[in-house]
Amino acid sequence: MVVLAALMSVPLLAILGKVAVEGVKNLTPQFLFQSTPTTYQALIATTSGTAIPGGIANGIVGTLLMLVMASIAAIPVGIFSGVFLAERHDTIFAKVASYMTDILQGTPSIILGIIVYAWIVIPMRGYSAIAGTVALGIMMLPLIVRSTEEAVKMLPSSYNEAALALGGSHFLTVCKVIIPSAFGQIFTGTLLAVSRIIGETVPLMFTALGCAVVQWNIARPMSGVPLLIWQFFNNPTLQPLLWSASLVLLIIVLLLNVSSKIVANKWKI
Amino acid sequence: MLKKMKKQPNAQHSFSIGGVVSAIQNPDKRFTLLLWAAALVVPLICCAMLFSLISDSVLAFGEFGIFKFITSSQWSYTEGHESCGALPFIVGTLESTFLALFFCIPFSLTVALFVGEYYKGRKVAAVFGTITDLLAGIPSIIYGLWGFYVLRPIVVALGLSEQGSCILTASMVLAVRIVPYAASLSAEFIKMVPAELKEAAYSLGATRGEVLRTVVFPCAGSGIFSAFILAIGRALGETMTVTMRIGNTNQMPTSLLSTGNTMASIIANQFGEADGLKLSSLFAIALILFTLTAAINLIGKILIHRAQIR
Repeated sequence: MVVLAALMSVPLLAILGKVAVEGVKNLTPQFLFQSTPTTYQALIATTSGTAIPGGIANGIVGTLLMLVMASIAAIPVGIFSGVFLAERHDTIFAKVASYMTDILQGTPSIILGIIVYAWIVIPMRGYSAIAGTVALGIMMLPLIVRSTEEAVKMLPSSYNEAALALGGSHFLTVCKVIIPSAFGQIFTGTLLAVSRIIGETVPLMFTALGCAVVQWNIARPMSGVPLLIWQFFNNPTLQPLLWSASLVLLIIVLLLNVSSKIVANKWKI
Repeated sequence: MLKKMKKQPNAQHSFSIGGVVSAIQNPDKRFTLLLWAAALVVPLICCAMLFSLISDSVLAFGEFGIFKFITSSQWSYTEGHESCGALPFIVGTLESTFLALFFCIPFSLTVALFVGEYYKGRKVAAVFGTITDLLAGIPSIIYGLWGFYVLRPIVVALGLSEQGSCILTASMVLAVRIVPYAASLSAEFIKMVPAELKEAAYSLGATRGEVLRTVVFPCAGSGIFSAFILAIGRALGETMTVTMRIGNTNQMPTSLLSTGNTMASIIANQFGEADGLKLSSLFAIALILFTLTAAINLIGKILIHRAQIR
């Protein structure tokens, strides 16, 4: 029994070990601040025996940009929607919306990818970071709704009643009492949502597509770290960069996960 | 709390045109309206998604017929002889998912028992809980890489498959992917089993195994079951890990060691260069996949609600 449970941690250690050992080799400052090399540049570097130039700056910039935009759109909507679902949890609309949230949360990311392709890429006649943002935002939304809903439901009803009894309006009650007291959990849920979508490759494949240089124009194709990993995986000459890119992604994801745990412990209700 | 809310004039409950007009004048009602609007977003997205999946797949269903599309096993796009059936991919999806579930059950159940029962509240359990959470957080593409560079050589060395790409490897990676999810969910339900019941059983002289068999599993059983159903829902839609390992051939999978394709991986592979009828067929596959995952998730959640109420 203990053996089986311990066996479970073998994959984690194997993944972490493999990525760390292979990834450190190429991890230099220039890896973080330069764009991806072309296959030709990489080929020349490999044949002459030098390290492959370039890095994943285009992916980092793209991921951050799309993530920030998706968060700006999804977090307020998600929090308000979660508050609504928790406050009116006995109405039929809230029940239906709650089940819809479950469905959306369970929808495979590939389906979100092709749906956003149909909604945005086709009308815009081209891949763009906007489409990638929408796909990531839709992925993020149900996670935030769910965590907010759970957090608000756990608040003692006396908080709400006290605020209303003091003459606070519904708006003030929600903004000054309910959301601040549930803030820890909402924040944890948001961090987890971010850490989940940051590594998503599939929805970006058909929306943001990827781009070889640092791109700031959100109406143009843009790259992301997971997209670059996929690209490196498929391109044998760029494979040395694969592990370093994975290491960067893994570090970001694990940091987000660990900080969400710390926040959750600090702000317990 | 809710009854008091309803008595508040500002906590407006009904929704009508007149309500909207008066709401715009009253700041508090404006806020209620904002909450309504926010809550409408998710259902709207869901309905719009279903609508565009259906409208985009009408072409393929019209050409091949719904029944034939699901049961035909031909997938070819030679000019003039287009024929496509989703059966190989449906079979591939179900096969890899259930195989993954088969690998997943012993591991996740032991981890859940470990965290939720045997070492509940101790440091070891906390460490294992953190490990499962971290495993759950790792992006699927990194699992795919791990499957390719670590697991594949092992499979090849064992002589199971020449290329190392087959349904078996795919479902192994898939299992690693869903174990943390199933484990942490079932641990929650095992933790919820009332201590009095267990203590009563112990005081009657039951051994630990007997307590597990007669108290913990009957109490937490439906919760654990729903955890596995939700894990199936996860596995069905998992794309990257599977695409990297399953071999991507469009034939009917004949054995566990043959290559194949799942619904998610065929979309990922062929969507980029698809247009017309093929695009529509891919949307049709996406519709099938969406219906399947939505149904499984709904069943899982309903079971979970029931288990929690009990």
